[in-house]
Amino acid sequence: MKFSEQWLREWVNPNIGSQELMDQITMAGLEVDGFEPVAGEFSGVVVGEVQSVEPHPDADKLRVCQVSDGEQTVQVVCGAPNVRPGLKVPFAVVGAVLPGNFKIKKAKLRGQPSEGMLCSESELALSDNHEGLMELPEGAPVGQEIADYLKLNDITIDVDLTPNRSDCLSIKGIAREVGVLNSLVVSEPAIEPVEAVHSEVPEIRVEAPAGCPRYLGRVLRNVNLKAETPLWMQEKLRRSGIRSIDAAVDVTNYVMLELGQPMHAFDRDEISGGIIVRMAKPAEKLVLLDGQEVELTEETLVIADHEKPIAIAGVMGGEHSGVSEKTRDLVLESAYFDPITLAGKARHFGLHTDASHRFERGVDYKLARDAMERATTLLMDIVGGEPGEIVEVASDEHLPADRSIDLREKRLADVLGMAIDRTTVEEILTRLGLHIDKLLKDGWRVSVPSFRPDITIEEDLIEEVGRIYGYNNLPVTEPTGSLGLVARQEAKRPVSAIRNYFVAQGYQEAVTYSFVDPKVQKLIDPEREGIALANPISSDLSVMRTTLWSGLLKTVAYNQNRQQPRIRLFETGLRFEQHDQRIDQEPMLAGVVVGSQYPENWVNGRRTADFFDVKGELEGLFRLLGIDVQFIASQHPALHPGQTAELMRDGEHVGWLGTLHPQVQKNLELNGTILMFELFLNSIVTGYVPNFKEISKFPEVRRDLAIIIGSDVAFADVERVARKHAGERLTALRAFDVYEGESLGEGNRSLALSLFWQHPERTMNEDEVHSLFNGVIDALKEELGATLRS
Amino acid sequence: MENLEQLVQDGLSAVESADSLQALDQIRVEYLGKKGVITQQAKTLGKLSPEERPAAGQKINEAKGQVEQAINARRTDLEKAAIEAKLASESIDVTLPGRGQDLGGLHPVTRTLQRIEEIFSRAGYSVEQGPEIEDDYHNFEALNIPGHHPARAMHDTFYFNPGTLLRTHTSPVQIRTMEAGKPPFRMICPGRVYRCDSDMTHTPMFHQVEGLLVEKNVSFADLKSTVEEFLRVFFERDLEVRFRPSYFPFTEPSAEVDIEWGREADGSIKWLEVMGCGMVHPKVFEYCGIDAEEYRGFAFGLGVERLAMLRYGVNDLRMFFENDLRFLRQFR
Repeated sequence: MKFSEQWLREWVNPNIGSQELMDQITMAGLEVDGFEPVAGEFSGVVVGEVQSVEPHPDADKLRVCQVSDGEQTVQVVCGAPNVRPGLKVPFAVVGAVLPGNFKIKKAKLRGQPSEGMLCSESELALSDNHEGLMELPEGAPVGQEIADYLKLNDITIDVDLTPNRSDCLSIKGIAREVGVLNSLVVSEPAIEPVEAVHSEVPEIRVEAPAGCPRYLGRVLRNVNLKAETPLWMQEKLRRSGIRSIDAAVDVTNYVMLELGQPMHAFDRDEISGGIIVRMAKPAEKLVLLDGQEVELTEETLVIADHEKPIAIAGVMGGEHSGVSEKTRDLVLESAYFDPITLAGKARHFGLHTDASHRFERGVDYKLARDAMERATTLLMDIVGGEPGEIVEVASDEHLPADRSIDLREKRLADVLGMAIDRTTVEEILTRLGLHIDKLLKDGWRVSVPSFRPDITIEEDLIEEVGRIYGYNNLPVTEPTGSLGLVARQEAKRPVSAIRNYFVAQGYQEAVTYSFVDPKVQKLIDPEREGIALANPISSDLSVMRTTLWSGLLKTVAYNQNRQQPRIRLFETGLRFEQHDQRIDQEPMLAGVVVGSQYPENWVNGRRTADFFDVKGELEGLFRLLGIDVQFIASQHPALHPGQTAELMRDGEHVGWLGTLHPQVQKNLELNGTILMFELFLNSIVTGYVPNFKEISKFPEVRRDLAIIIGSDVAFADVERVARKHAGERLTALRAFDVYEGESLGEGNRSLALSLFWQHPERTMNEDEVHSLFNGVIDALKEELGATLRS
Repeated sequence: MENLEQLVQDGLSAVESADSLQALDQIRVEYLGKKGVITQQAKTLGKLSPEERPAAGQKINEAKGQVEQAINARRTDLEKAAIEAKLASESIDVTLPGRGQDLGGLHPVTRTLQRIEEIFSRAGYSVEQGPEIEDDYHNFEALNIPGHHPARAMHDTFYFNPGTLLRTHTSPVQIRTMEAGKPPFRMICPGRVYRCDSDMTHTPMFHQVEGLLVEKNVSFADLKSTVEEFLRVFFERDLEVRFRPSYFPFTEPSAEVDIEWGREADGSIKWLEVMGCGMVHPKVFEYCGIDAEEYRGFAFGLGVERLAMLRYGVNDLRMFFENDLRFLRQFR
């Protein structure tokens, strides 16, 4: 809501400066978004009178004028089409400085001397209107400074109102607030009923009383819409961000700004029969004032005549029934439309009007008649005309009920944290326009005025008292409360521990969007369909991720394009999957690694990270979490078929580790060997609570062996067989060499293993160890076809 | 016996000129070993009369002692020299850079979230999580934002279908937690939230932390101290905080919180909006089955990126989600 400070001060004029006034309004909860002067900075511009106009001897478009500045008459060359003798205009005399530091000097234009300049509105930065000179009223005193004459020492204040404060969408509402804040009486214009001079009344039928509980109409005959809106009204509208159109529109806008009641004027001759307020019929059409044709729906409340809709109620009038210069008779509308009926209607048609903004938030349901009288009076002052009686159709059943609310003194003190004395509370409520109906034993019974639809419960009254008293005047106390202890599961590690682990392993955490490009995701996770947004911000952010890899690989591309060859990233977050009616939102942990395993250094720093580097890091994580995870050779559409491991914990799938499939990598335009993992967080965060075992005092025995075995035999199988035959005293089994070479024969590799045994209660003897060791060797030979390497 | 003295003299000079532990050991064997020349002198004792033997024997022992002492002294010297030589050969350039894995880092949003969580955890707040794909009821309805409410226009909502959406704030987590438990409550709800808006100062996804405290006796004054203390603890500065009346459908009274952020040219405080807060609306309690006469509560909400930007001086919101390594590495 934009308004002129001067206009506000006509209603209530506290003895404070503009900045303080704006601070005060802001701190009352009506946030001032900004302000701007109503005119540019200039000096030396006075009311001038054009006395004569002669053609320029050497230029078709220029005229040579004699202009009076009140003291003397000088010659001014002017190119404006509307310059004419007798016209009063802003006149920048020699020595004047116009906005933009434009200095007016004596000059010659096409050989003719010119002393000064006649100004348009845009040249004074009053508006962007530069179509001709600004025309001042006939009565403008020649010679007076324009700034004084137009009272340009004013600012436009822009208040960003919260949706509950519809009462402040008017000068009247803002003035009420300023009055309360400064304990000042607010002066309102007197509104008197206008007496009818003829008996013509509009026929009004409200068929949708729920949507339109109150509708007022009045006929104003024989108006002269060629009459110009007075400058003072034009200026107030301009300073409130509304352009002057014609007297009828200007007056309805003026009343809306002044009192908060949106109104409409119809051309009576274009209304066929009478006015019907009803819901639109399916597929009914209407051309609006802005020229667009809309198709109405059964949910649209319309103002219609006996043949067709003539306006969308509370949103915008129709073009056909709108007023024009030729209009002789008007029908004025002032109504209360139900906010819920109107909610979202303007938006449905791509519209947002001053009227819809107000009606959706709730207009004072008792204001319509006052507004009608006010508008009639103002309009008749300008366009004359003969008023008729007001016709009012109201449905008490559908109008908001008058409310009274009990405010308890104790509750007020409990919620705000301090007791506020009774007279202060009463003064605040009364100045806000609330009426104290009754003093109760423990508080007040307060009736809520019709202009405050937002106040419905006791808390609303508490807020009003707190707000006006000043939140910053309320005390600051520390909350007290129960100090119960909370359960903590020791075996479950917090996600922060996992994050810190990856940070220590050289990973940088990424946070990528939860919605991704469906084309990219299809390449990475072709078997699952991402849940699509109905209204995405763009097509590359239009489906929910089914894997965190979608965002991470995009991040890899982003960084590779910025000369970052070494990338190690991880992310935690939800991935989303639709299963019939159910949506799974599963927390994941994912990572990508590309480039050298270690930062380049002076020994061997360029070694590219491979599968086993990342596997080792994951194994470290699993040790940290206290869980046992198997890596099983498997297949995944995004991963290299020979470098993919499915991660299993106790037979449950917990994630994937692998190298990005070269074809997918090519399609995504990524460089290097890209290792990726993704794990279900909930499946890995819970490990065990340590359980102490006695430490053996007896020596550990180590035996090493090297076998030659088919390359297709997995190490996991070798380990399984070895462990099976190594007996229960085996404490560790490690691979310390893996070698493939021609000397071993095609399809073979050599594995070197070390086995460790230890008995808790005695030293193991040589024979015992020897027999276990040989048992392992024999089993490897028999079960896996291994041969002992000599 | 002149011979013995000569042998000692020879031995001593041999020890003196020994230049390695090996050579020294050879000298020890040559003079003092079983067949060493001085040891062999003991055989001459047999030729002496019993009276002469003790004196001669003692002389031989003295001679052995003299040479042995010299050998030990020499050994110590040689060993010391050997260690020194070894040390000299082992010296390295300690100014060369170390090797190994680089340190990664947390995303600045996580870093900020963890800081906020830590601050509130210490005051007994639990950290609650909830779904990001929400239903209309938890995101709006139960927060006193019915279908027609103009406040819905304040939330540019991403929809999947009319009843399913991406949460526009983390407040639904408070609803879910209150539905599932019994008061009192003290919790914060951090997480991703989504609004259908993207420009210089808006990203379609960002992070919020919302806090809720429900007790039998809690007031706006308590809310003020919690918010003020949080901001001072978070920024580690004794900054000015002010509460400005505002409107949220789920709190009443409601306030926006501004902090002092520099000074205007005229010396007045430059205020910056950082949070929203208020007393829990009785309607919200009603939806969660909590008696608003028995319990009261306060709630607050803040934008994590906004606080991170202020804290770390980041000047472009969008950088948080570009994940440029050159940006991320600045926060480790």
